[in-house]
Amino acid sequence: MDNTAKQRVVTPDYLLFEAPRTKAFITGSEAASEAVRRANVDIAIAYPITPQSETMQRVGDLYAEGYIKDYYRAEDEVGAFSAISGASRTGVRCMTASSGPGLMRGLETIASWPGHRLPLVFLIMCRVINAPLSIQPDNLELDYMLTSGNILLHGENQQDFFDYTLAGFAISEKCEVTLPVAVAVDGFFVTHARGWVEMPSAELKLPPRDCYSEAVPMIDNENPPVRIARDAPIQKSNFISYQMHAAWQQEIHAAHERSRKWVTRYIGGLIEVVNPDAETMIVASGSAVSQSREALRQAEEMGQRVGLIKVKSLRPFPTTELRAACRHAKRIIIPEFNCIGWLNREVRATLYGHSQAVIADGPRVYGGITMPTELILEWLNPRE
Amino acid sequence: MSSKQYHVVPGPEGLLPPAAACCGVVLPEKGEGLVEGVIRTEGDTLEVMARQLLTRQNPTIFPGPLVLWAWREGVQEKATSVLELAREIPGVRIIPMPDYRPIYPKIDPEAVINPCHPNLTISHNKIEVCVFVGVHCHFANITLKMIRAGTNCYTITLCHDAGHEDSMASLPFADANQVRALTEAVRRLKREGLRPRYADTLGIQLTGAQETLSQGLSWQPAPVTR
Repeated sequence: MDNTAKQRVVTPDYLLFEAPRTKAFITGSEAASEAVRRANVDIAIAYPITPQSETMQRVGDLYAEGYIKDYYRAEDEVGAFSAISGASRTGVRCMTASSGPGLMRGLETIASWPGHRLPLVFLIMCRVINAPLSIQPDNLELDYMLTSGNILLHGENQQDFFDYTLAGFAISEKCEVTLPVAVAVDGFFVTHARGWVEMPSAELKLPPRDCYSEAVPMIDNENPPVRIARDAPIQKSNFISYQMHAAWQQEIHAAHERSRKWVTRYIGGLIEVVNPDAETMIVASGSAVSQSREALRQAEEMGQRVGLIKVKSLRPFPTTELRAACRHAKRIIIPEFNCIGWLNREVRATLYGHSQAVIADGPRVYGGITMPTELILEWLNPRE
Repeated sequence: MSSKQYHVVPGPEGLLPPAAACCGVVLPEKGEGLVEGVIRTEGDTLEVMARQLLTRQNPTIFPGPLVLWAWREGVQEKATSVLELAREIPGVRIIPMPDYRPIYPKIDPEAVINPCHPNLTISHNKIEVCVFVGVHCHFANITLKMIRAGTNCYTITLCHDAGHEDSMASLPFADANQVRALTEAVRRLKREGLRPRYADTLGIQLTGAQETLSQGLSWQPAPVTR
């Protein structure tokens, strides 16, 4: 079967915003694989780990159905992520996925992707990383991703997982961006639960990757300069090499800044704000947004007006947007599914000197515990 | 991000100036240009570029791999347009950036410019205005940052894609037509009475290394077939 040949190429804007959509009640894993079906992916490389495995198993089915050109299971995460590096350098569209401990095993490679300017999409289905071993949802691993140089989107639900995955390819391959895009969701809450997802026809697909219009040359033995020789040892010791490495790192940060335009365009802004005039604001990302929406509804039933800021993009971080949205706030709470509170830290650093609000140090759950809306309500109205 | 307008001007800016993109400088759209961090019209940008090329010391064109090899349709035409531009700038030199590999133990700054230490070529040749054309954006960007950090060179970029915040004047999506438009801007300024800094110098100047190699520029571009 070669189903991809039967699909019609349309622009990312058409696929994401204009094409008619139909609703399906599917899991997050199904939503991600349906996005891959429409993404004109050339190669997917997988290594199994719960809760990611189901998505990549389904992507394997897409290979069998002829929607992607190549697919294999690597020997481990270091192998999978290294192989994806090589695939991206050859100019093809590629994706991989992982969860918790698998992500941590491959972190060295993941952190090398941005510096090598590798467009690719990396799906993260968050899972506990710390001992004792657990497969439960907990997004502590995203703390490590924040400084990895990857663009990092955090989806709330199955719909976001579908949309952000498709958008990720379009953002990643813009010449002025040319960076990997990681799309994260909280494991199980999103990956193994069903939700309504609106999707364009599977007869449509993204245009192929235009690898000759990117920030670096790709490996092409027909055209100079052959990239295999591109990233030679610039760190050979003299002063200028240090300077080049510094300028190189600056360039990754600059590419993140340039990506704001495309992240905004393709996922509809770096944040979403509900009840922007409320004096008490909830700031959340991922599944914590869904819990916060329900807590907000319950608070309104009790006569309390509460606002909600959904952070969709963690890198680039919505600095300007968050400062504007919190300018009037008097109290801010930040529900999270991890023990460290990385979003809390990001929000505090961003609002320092820009807000008079009291920023609560929570609420947080971890280790697989769900976030009861009662917990959020308690933090909204702390006992004196 | 600073609330003040950040200006991208010739350096030396110091040890490690910030990336202009991180200081609020945004890339121009098609039909626009970027001059010292500010969005301008394409016409204004071309005029600034032309004036700098005619008046600053040792104007130099740095062609990159995307115009040095005829690797796809349209490249030969663009390369020819770059040579046409060069012929209109008295005293100009052409020093290629043929690839991006580090060159050790040291580069010949009269033969190439290399993104690992571009300031060596700028400083050795006392270049105070230059044009990058056909360089992949990542390597152009790190090169531009290092030049701004350590030299007083006015950097111009004719970018095949989205443009460069760290050059003093940048034109995005520049194909042969944009290069020819810059050539025309140079001609217009001369017609209007601007006397080029090297008005008495004829033709493209060779560096010492280039003279040693070729004993003179003998190569001419092949006719463009459309």
